[in-house]
Amino acid sequence: MSTTEKDINVRLHTQSAGVIWDKVFKGTSFAFAAMVLIVMLAIMVMLFKEAWPTFAQFGFSFFYTSEWDFAGNKYGALVPIIGTLITSLIALLVGVPVSFGIAIFISVMAPSWLKRPVGIAIELLAAVPSIIYGMWGLFYFAPWFANTVQPFMTDNLGGLPFIGQFFQGPPIGVSIFTAGFVLGIMIIPFIASIMRDMFDVVPTALKESAYAMGSTTWEVVWKVILPYTKAGVIGGVMLGLGRAMGETMAVAFVVGNSLELNTGLFYPGATIASTMANEFNEASGLHMSSLIALGFMLFVITFLVLSLAKWFLLRLEKSQQGDET
Amino acid sequence: MISKFQKRKLVNYFNLSASILVTVFGLIMLAWIMTVLFGKGFEHINWAVFTEMTPPPGAAGGLINAIVGTLLITFFAVLIGTPVGVLAGTYLAEFGGKGRFSSSVRFINDVLLSAPSIVVGVFVYAILVKPQGHFSGWAGAIALSILVIPVVLRTTEDMLKLVPVQMREAAAALGAPRYKVTIDIVYKAALSGMFTGLLLATARIMGETAPLLFTGLNNQFWSLDMNQPMANMPVVIYQYALSPYEDWQNLAWAAALLITISVLVMNIIARYSLKQPSSR
Repeated sequence: MSTTEKDINVRLHTQSAGVIWDKVFKGTSFAFAAMVLIVMLAIMVMLFKEAWPTFAQFGFSFFYTSEWDFAGNKYGALVPIIGTLITSLIALLVGVPVSFGIAIFISVMAPSWLKRPVGIAIELLAAVPSIIYGMWGLFYFAPWFANTVQPFMTDNLGGLPFIGQFFQGPPIGVSIFTAGFVLGIMIIPFIASIMRDMFDVVPTALKESAYAMGSTTWEVVWKVILPYTKAGVIGGVMLGLGRAMGETMAVAFVVGNSLELNTGLFYPGATIASTMANEFNEASGLHMSSLIALGFMLFVITFLVLSLAKWFLLRLEKSQQGDET
Repeated sequence: MISKFQKRKLVNYFNLSASILVTVFGLIMLAWIMTVLFGKGFEHINWAVFTEMTPPPGAAGGLINAIVGTLLITFFAVLIGTPVGVLAGTYLAEFGGKGRFSSSVRFINDVLLSAPSIVVGVFVYAILVKPQGHFSGWAGAIALSILVIPVVLRTTEDMLKLVPVQMREAAAALGAPRYKVTIDIVYKAALSGMFTGLLLATARIMGETAPLLFTGLNNQFWSLDMNQPMANMPVVIYQYALSPYEDWQNLAWAAALLITISVLVMNIIARYSLKQPSSR
């Protein structure tokens, strides 16, 4: 009798040990998952706290005044804000059509032996550290651009009414336009790989029905594949936008770091991130707080853009799951 | 007069040719960057790069303190970030399911994955560098570890979900408690995929510059003390490339090549090892 009781006790003991370790394991992994949320929250709170002196001093005028003056200790973020918006816009104008073409090429046109090498080559663009883009942009792309494309654009577009003023600037290469172009190259791999993944999961039956009706390849792309993957394509573009807005090092090299407001795209300028990278080491007091306020603003904007991107991508995923069932 | 049919064919050829052209454009850009990088980099890589310290302005020298600094900071960043990412990913794949908590963690993680790294640098500046009063290797490692977490979390979750449910059920049916199922069965099956996540995360942070500007900064001298400012490749590249001294710029190219080669090699290994489990 005593032996069986002992057996039962032992078994109960080992079982409860398993239960305890289960709880510990689940609890620890839960804690680390929660940490992701905590880190995000902590970033928001800490940046806001450090930026508070600036917000308290300038209020909303921080966002729409353009004076950035260390001596007078007055700070307004308008120039970097505009710089970030314009460079990201140029990046999208360059990056989106190219990514779209690459995605079409890889997913619809390329023979199967060519798909993988081209896909990998384009994805290698994403692996290159951003500072390398900066060096290449500053020492090779910018001088080439200043000597060839820029004079051409100024000569041919600079004389036009209204839009002509955008194509003015000194022939030094480092400019808002150069920064936007380099960003455009940098976001290609991100957008292209999302688009390609989307295009690849379009049901073959859909595409083949269109071909059977006599559609050309382009018509299949434009009228079947693109409508089917619309949400995903928008999501990919938004993701690229988020990347472009937050990119720092490449821009810091080629944007010229000038906090003057110009209408010409070929003038040096600044973005939120490049201003932070450029001035952080010399900053203190209200200047530092203003730089962190820039960072807080950048974080909030990219958070919104990336959330929207994610929302679009999830929507496509859901509609596809709906199709399968 | 072009018939409607001919017009459709024309549009088709035009747009498809444009697709080929922009693909070629993308490849040319990659080729241009690589030629420049390898040309300039190899020209300036020599024995001194691996044996001498970073020089004072205008003098020749090497990168040994920066190379060691980058290795140390990266090592500790991965060491701190990986357990967090793996366990968080485990929770999402094994326990979380589709609940509200897991969905929000997944969502926030994906946002963190693409969030501007400079902001992470500023965050660590605010919580570590400012209270301590000085830059340090630890601050750099912690900033980079925040960038490691989302990559590792994402791959871990994806890889664990590939492990068939039957394997978990078989182990559970033999009386194994949940934690043993996860550690002894699921982790083992997903190991090579999780390793891929680790490589990708390492590759991602090795070339990161912006967070280190605000945390690890730079140090011209030999230092293994993680509590002090520490030399590291990305910041050396940034400072030297933008300097007016030719010797410094040359060193920046050498450093840029070394970093890019390491990052590309890790990416290629990751890609290769990711291919393996699916063929098994």
